Amino acid sequence: MKLTEISHNINEWFNGSGPLADIVISSRIRLARNIAGHKFLSRCSAAEKLQILNKLRDVLKSLEFGDQITYISVDKAPALDKHFLVERHLISRHHAFAKGPRGVVFARREFFTAMINEEDHLRMQVLKGGCQLSQCAEQINRIDDMVEEKIDYAFSPRYGYLTACPTNLGTGIRVSVMLHLPALKMTGQIEKFLRATRDMGLAVRGLFGEGSEAAGDFYQLSNQVTLGISEADIVAQFEKSIIPEIVEYENAARNQLLSKQSDVLDDKISRAMALLRNAHLISSQEALFLLSHLRMGINMHTHMGVSTPAIERLCKLGAEDAPAKQDKISISTINRLFMLTQPAHLQLNHGKNLDPEQRDILRAKIIRSALHQDK
Amino acid sequence: MHCQICKKNQATIHLTEITDGIRTEMHLCETCAQENGIAAKSQLSVNELLNNLLATQPTDEDLFGSAEQAISCPQCGFTLEQFTKEAVLGCPHDYEVFEKSLLPLIEKAHNGRTTHCGKVPSKTSTDAKKQIELLTLQQKLDTAVKNEDYELAAELRDKINQME
Repeated sequence: MKLTEISHNINEWFNGSGPLADIVISSRIRLARNIAGHKFLSRCSAAEKLQILNKLRDVLKSLEFGDQITYISVDKAPALDKHFLVERHLISRHHAFAKGPRGVVFARREFFTAMINEEDHLRMQVLKGGCQLSQCAEQINRIDDMVEEKIDYAFSPRYGYLTACPTNLGTGIRVSVMLHLPALKMTGQIEKFLRATRDMGLAVRGLFGEGSEAAGDFYQLSNQVTLGISEADIVAQFEKSIIPEIVEYENAARNQLLSKQSDVLDDKISRAMALLRNAHLISSQEALFLLSHLRMGINMHTHMGVSTPAIERLCKLGAEDAPAKQDKISISTINRLFMLTQPAHLQLNHGKNLDPEQRDILRAKIIRSALHQDK
Repeated sequence: MHCQICKKNQATIHLTEITDGIRTEMHLCETCAQENGIAAKSQLSVNELLNNLLATQPTDEDLFGSAEQAISCPQCGFTLEQFTKEAVLGCPHDYEVFEKSLLPLIEKAHNGRTTHCGKVPSKTSTDAKKQIELLTLQQKLDTAVKNEDYELAAELRDKINQME
């Protein structure tokens, strides 16, 4: 499969669907595993790494996923392809820029991706839109069982699944949700949220995980403890207390904005609309920031059933000259814009490399067109 | 573990002070720590965890890790010194070879927990599965005793004796 077969569209876990999708953008569960009888990667020779890579690639490709499976040799891939895979959340930044034989196996619909030879031999994950952690857990568990039928995992009765870093020991599970918290940010409560999550023993990271910043009001929240607690308990903690609490905080902040600061809100949304519909040059950073305001406005309209003058105007965009419902602006539009105007996506879809300024021009053009300003 | 000051929040900051050979420990939540002028860094990486841990080891005691500091893993040649540099281990056997030194780090990283009680590979031999069950029961027994739930503790102890 060529990457351009998927690069023109958004993946299904990012299309705005799923429970609580106005705040919980997506759910992800990742398992870390190592094959028994091999060293951890830091001590493997290139030959041993290659052995592990081939073994795991063959096992994964032999499984029944109900979808087309692709393998990409990350160490041999061109830089643009690697950047694309990172933008798509199919591999981590670490995996893209590391050294040595390594690869990724993923399903065409991108609900499943497995990195081979990242920090552990195997790191596989399932992603779904909205708050669907139980469903992710069920699916990744099944896949784990299928893999385990064909290879032996490094495991100890006392410490569980053995990982290269002791911080992943035990279940080897990382349960995360990607959250969109624009109102908490706008009402100055994001610091409180960050402190609360730390007190709950959770890790908060930016859009692209470890080492990234929280751009566009996106926050990735995940568990830190992986030993001495069962997978089911971690998932239950997220679903029954952590997520409901955060959703409540963000909704309360949104209500606060609507009732006490609606002028500030309208101003932010109007300015975002004006800039996005008219700018000739726009960076991905700026686009992310402005699209976040639009996303909040549309979600308020769709999920809270409220409107302000600016939100009304926003939601009517495209209604005049494109009465077909699918042309009207929606969350899917916003997410599409966000995903497809990232640097590697732009270049892959354009068919050639572009320098930063050319990218900023193309990005602005795509956005203006999607927001019905000019064709 | 709850914060010693407010007794409400989870303690995420653990301070150890050694004065005149006497060691005192304090466990605080971030709010109370800040209010008491104790600056706290969030989300310690493994490296920082490691350095903090190694720094608080009393040097005149028989360092439980001292024997382990000198050896290298027979299977992969890994040493603890390499671990302090790379923050990742060399092979699964390292968990056995360097168990004593790694245990405090594991405990800290996982909120005091040191025993696996989650999924077990289906291919695990019945012996290993029994081992896991025993370990889990032992952990529950320790918790019951700590919580002074002696009825539960007795039940668990009986179960353990039955299994062994």
